Amino acid sequence: MAAKEYLFEGRVWTITDNNKQLIPDVDTDQIFHNAYLHITEIEKMGRYAFDNLEGWKDFSSKAKPGDIVLAGSNFGSGSSRQQAVDCFRALGVKLVIAVSFGAIYKRNAINSGFPIMIFGDAEKAVSAGKLANLAKVGVDLLSGTLTNADTGETFQLMPFSKVQKDIYDNDTLLKI
Amino acid sequence: MKTVIEKIFQTHSKEEIKPGNIVWITLDVVSARDFGGPNVVKNYRTFYKDEKVFDPEKVFFTFDLTVPPKTVQYANNQQICRVFAREQGIRVFDVDQGIGTHTFIEKGYALPGGIVVGTDSHMNILGAVNCFGQGMGDVDITFGYRYGRTWFEVPETVKVIITGDPKEKFSAKDLTLKVLDVLKTDKLLGKAVEFYGPHIEGLDLAGRITLLSMITEMGGIVGFIPFNEDTADEIRDFNGLDTVPGEVRADEGAHYCEVVEIDISDIGGMVSVPPYPHNVKKISGLGRVNVDFGFIGSCTNGRLEDLETAWRILRGKHIAEGVRLAVVPATKEVYAEAMKLGILSDLMDAGAMISNPGCGGCAQGHIGMTGKGEVMVSTGNRNFPGKQGDGDNYLVSPEVVAYSVLNGYISTEEA
Repeated sequence: MAAKEYLFEGRVWTITDNNKQLIPDVDTDQIFHNAYLHITEIEKMGRYAFDNLEGWKDFSSKAKPGDIVLAGSNFGSGSSRQQAVDCFRALGVKLVIAVSFGAIYKRNAINSGFPIMIFGDAEKAVSAGKLANLAKVGVDLLSGTLTNADTGETFQLMPFSKVQKDIYDNDTLLKI
Repeated sequence: MKTVIEKIFQTHSKEEIKPGNIVWITLDVVSARDFGGPNVVKNYRTFYKDEKVFDPEKVFFTFDLTVPPKTVQYANNQQICRVFAREQGIRVFDVDQGIGTHTFIEKGYALPGGIVVGTDSHMNILGAVNCFGQGMGDVDITFGYRYGRTWFEVPETVKVIITGDPKEKFSAKDLTLKVLDVLKTDKLLGKAVEFYGPHIEGLDLAGRITLLSMITEMGGIVGFIPFNEDTADEIRDFNGLDTVPGEVRADEGAHYCEVVEIDISDIGGMVSVPPYPHNVKKISGLGRVNVDFGFIGSCTNGRLEDLETAWRILRGKHIAEGVRLAVVPATKEVYAEAMKLGILSDLMDAGAMISNPGCGGCAQGHIGMTGKGEVMVSTGNRNFPGKQGDGDNYLVSPEVVAYSVLNGYISTEEA
């Protein structure tokens, strides 16, 4: 088993609307539209990430490996499609953080060993300008701290749960 | 003292069932659709090679989204599933059968107290027969195919009591949209829900399916409604089994994380206005919205009762000039029954286009998409931007679709 990373550093994309507020209820059709559900190869999924989300349709051309995504509440509600998780993996996005996740999305990410974290106060932090789009941040998956490298300010996220860490350590539920 | 979901979990787990605990549960049925299915096969072959699924009698494919496949890619994907199914000796409910969740109810695979999972986020429809249905992604389902179990965080349960003395007539869909309007997407997020109150408990099975299908749009895990004196008979009528397990009811004194009372006295014809399902309004306050296209079907409103409702309004009449109507029965059984009863031919005479059973428009295609500026009235459950094309999609009851295509604008009665 390869040693796993628990400390991430990268740019954070704050998925906001025109008013600079995190967009709530971004559903799986906005993350990865059902028009592309015939795709089964992960490497082909990246270009469709957010391609049906107003204001973010060019995300896949701007995202770089190592980036982090910060989204609003109920992120990934809607369908059960794994592609809505895998499209970020395909782009090299390391971590998706949200105020809260749709229940199925949360399972899909955890079971496929893709790191996600819950940041209940993210809306406040973003609207107060404490986390700007593309700010450099450091995140500790196990303690749940997020540090804005540009300002030094630290925020508390919900750390990995035991089952989440177990699966993450094994890469996927399918190796357990 | 346990809630319904906790009691169902307890019969499927050796661990202590308490909200927040992560427990392993056994699965009675594990299924995949034509979306998700090929990914499951790919995962399975990668990680489990030629190993057998945990029980071929409990593992299924249900093709209900692109039926029949409209592109070669979808055809290839379905064939990948069929080949795997033949190797493993598992059953495929193929492109002629209709919506998988409804098939599971009709064929008796979803039963009171059971646990059924699949790659369908509206699997929680099965709550209508007191079964825990759960949508899952392809990794989860791959594991379920192989081992017949999964981990689950025991959800909290919210108790919702529906009260009030409605003045206007309303359907199960109006009730559903009213509940969605109050609960939005946050009250039930990640939670189970139990509904109580005469307006809810009086619903027939089709109405229960309508309400519980949209627990997904409320962010919830699954919903349950106590059976009324007819519900058990209705389930037996559906599946033709001699004996059906008894209903699982919550214990007196079970713990609920929240109790919400919803007064529906002001309910009437309701509509979910795009761009999202919980943007609910009363039709009487909507103003005039001209429609181009009506759709009756989906896992929310594709039952015989839903088709009959539209038929009662439309038979002997004709939809407005320049308006189109598509009708998609949920399953082959509904299709056959509606055909025998003459419902389909009367709807055709009224101007409807009838298609073979399946998910209908939600799967991007099947009955066609909407173009920019086009207004659709649909009995479906989602109207997010781009979901069914570039047009605007208003979610309503079968009654409202029928009156709207008759009048040419969104309405609750004949003009």
